[in-house]
Amino acid sequence: MKIHEYQARDLLAKAGIPVPAARVVETAQQAEKAFEENGFPLQVVKAQVFAGGRGKAGFVKLVKSAAEARAAAEFMLTHRMVSVQTGPEGIAVNKILIAGAVDIAHEYYLGFVLDRDRSTVSMIASAEGGVEIETVAHERPDAIIKEPLHPLAGMQGFQARRTALALGFTGKQANTVADILLKLSRFFIDYDCSIAEINPLVLTKDGKILAIDAKVNFDDNALFRHPDVLALKDDAETDALEIRAAAANLNYIKLDGDIACLVNGAGLAMATMDVIQLHGGKPANFLDVGGGVKAEGAIEAFRIILSDKKVRGILVNIFGGIARCDLIAEALIQAGREVGFKVPVVVRLEGTNVEAARKILAASQGALPTLQVASDLNDAAKKIVSATR
Amino acid sequence: MSILVNKNTRVICQGITGSGGGAFHTRGCLDYGTKMVGGTSPGKGGTKDANGLPVFDTVDQAVRATGADATMIFVPPPFAADAICEAAAAGIKLIVAITEGIPVLDMVKAKKFLADFGDSVKLVGPNCPGVITPGECKIGIMPGYIHTPAQKGKRSVGIVSRSGTLTYEAVWQTSELGWSQSTCVGIGGDPVKGMDFIDVLELFQADPLTDAIVMIGEIGGAAEEAAAAYAKKSVTKPMVGFIAGRTAPPGKRMGHAGAIISGGEGTAESKIAAMRQAGIRVADSPADIGKCLREATGG
Repeated sequence: MKIHEYQARDLLAKAGIPVPAARVVETAQQAEKAFEENGFPLQVVKAQVFAGGRGKAGFVKLVKSAAEARAAAEFMLTHRMVSVQTGPEGIAVNKILIAGAVDIAHEYYLGFVLDRDRSTVSMIASAEGGVEIETVAHERPDAIIKEPLHPLAGMQGFQARRTALALGFTGKQANTVADILLKLSRFFIDYDCSIAEINPLVLTKDGKILAIDAKVNFDDNALFRHPDVLALKDDAETDALEIRAAAANLNYIKLDGDIACLVNGAGLAMATMDVIQLHGGKPANFLDVGGGVKAEGAIEAFRIILSDKKVRGILVNIFGGIARCDLIAEALIQAGREVGFKVPVVVRLEGTNVEAARKILAASQGALPTLQVASDLNDAAKKIVSATR
Repeated sequence: MSILVNKNTRVICQGITGSGGGAFHTRGCLDYGTKMVGGTSPGKGGTKDANGLPVFDTVDQAVRATGADATMIFVPPPFAADAICEAAAAGIKLIVAITEGIPVLDMVKAKKFLADFGDSVKLVGPNCPGVITPGECKIGIMPGYIHTPAQKGKRSVGIVSRSGTLTYEAVWQTSELGWSQSTCVGIGGDPVKGMDFIDVLELFQADPLTDAIVMIGEIGGAAEEAAAAYAKKSVTKPMVGFIAGRTAPPGKRMGHAGAIISGGEGTAESKIAAMRQAGIRVADSPADIGKCLREATGG
């Protein structure tokens, strides 16, 4: 789960990490007032959206007066932000952060991530902050400092101190940075984060150390023990169909192709998308209905994929393990009756109760004229691609 | 021979009376012929499960009473990492964790806990379909009947995979091709897990029954790349592979907790390239896994 920058700042501030004074506003009038209350000569106005590319899109602005703050906020709240990450329709901005701008002497990166290769959490730090850390890691691997955390003991003081020194800090400043690192590591563990990064951490010209921007994501599987985090969830930028699917316990991700797929199992669902593309089609979605799918779940799945207006055909691919093929076949027919299959549907079933399923499908062929049964996955992909051409 | 499990493996089910499907899948394993000898459910010790098997409060009690050496875990996610540690502490040698949705930091700690037991305890999963040696022992949720037990005149393939249903696909295709399977291991779709590809490849390479190996990966992480490097150096048996997720967009989690391309890492292209470079025949279509096995082994 993702949270917004202003929410991450709040949490980090509570964890004892220094962040510059800032206010969150929802109207241009509030923006004007916030500028005055913050009391800095130079401030930054930032749209609070998940999508990246804010700066280039003009949704991060430096302002020198309350009037400028008001104008910047007015613009952001009345225009949709379009960036490389939003698609051409863009996204609406509802919240704006107004923070004091600081005189930056140097920018650093501090972050903690799950380290899959080591099966633990690792710290990543760099004296080259303010840019994408992946880019730094790729282009200048020497500029990256890495410290794996002990899985049970967590980050130790000496690891934090040597990192601060390696970043080039000395004396009291090194102690301050080490303290921030330890606090951020504890925050990561306490809140079951999947990523917690400060980028940039800045050294100001008057010698202060401040966290200017933060990104925090949480492990979805651990949200059950963090009701306070769950309360921060904002679905405004999530696709409406994805929200609906999640409510029905379906794993659905909308893509931009026109051949929908309905599959059991995440790996097979990905492989089904791949095989559609391999045969010249474009997948409209990822959809794993899960192993224990029941009729109503499967019917809701059909409703969801059919409400994507781009969909010109559906490929159903079920390898029955726990999921029973006959149940899927019945759901398919019921969904066909309810919502009507105006587009071609190709079905490939294998596994548990497949014979019964084939009989059910054969018996209802008359009622569902757009339905075809495929012999294997390649055949299924070929059939649906040619039926939608 | 086979790896990890055989006809002598004695299995308990942790979470046997719960809503996670413990009793239902214990039935499936019993029907397949697995020596299921009991289960645990804290607070229900002394009772019987729906299949008539004895239920214990702790794994320790279950091991002492039944001689179990393997466990199948259906304990709900908040308590599953604890269940894994409990099994190791009670002397269980093979832990198969089916549970999906365990907090990843719980697994980080559990994995470190297991490290104290060295090679004497093996963990498969979590978030996996389980392990099966066809005709001998099924621990997990896979449909048993699609598998082909080793027999005279049939060659045997070992299958290792991060995905459940794709494993079934590979089993189905290799059975259709006239092969048997020595053992199939679903290592699971989580980012922090027990056995990884390399651990299983090592066992398959050493297993005299296994003639060839199918390895099925997916986007996310770098385990396939590491396994390819290992295979190039240490695996002499023919290998076939498939990687799911060529069409997956970066930054989106594709169902499995571990299936995500992040920061340009974990792409299908990188994995496929590494595997091909190691001499593994990688199928372009998931429907061609059987065909690739035929080509890689000459029939």
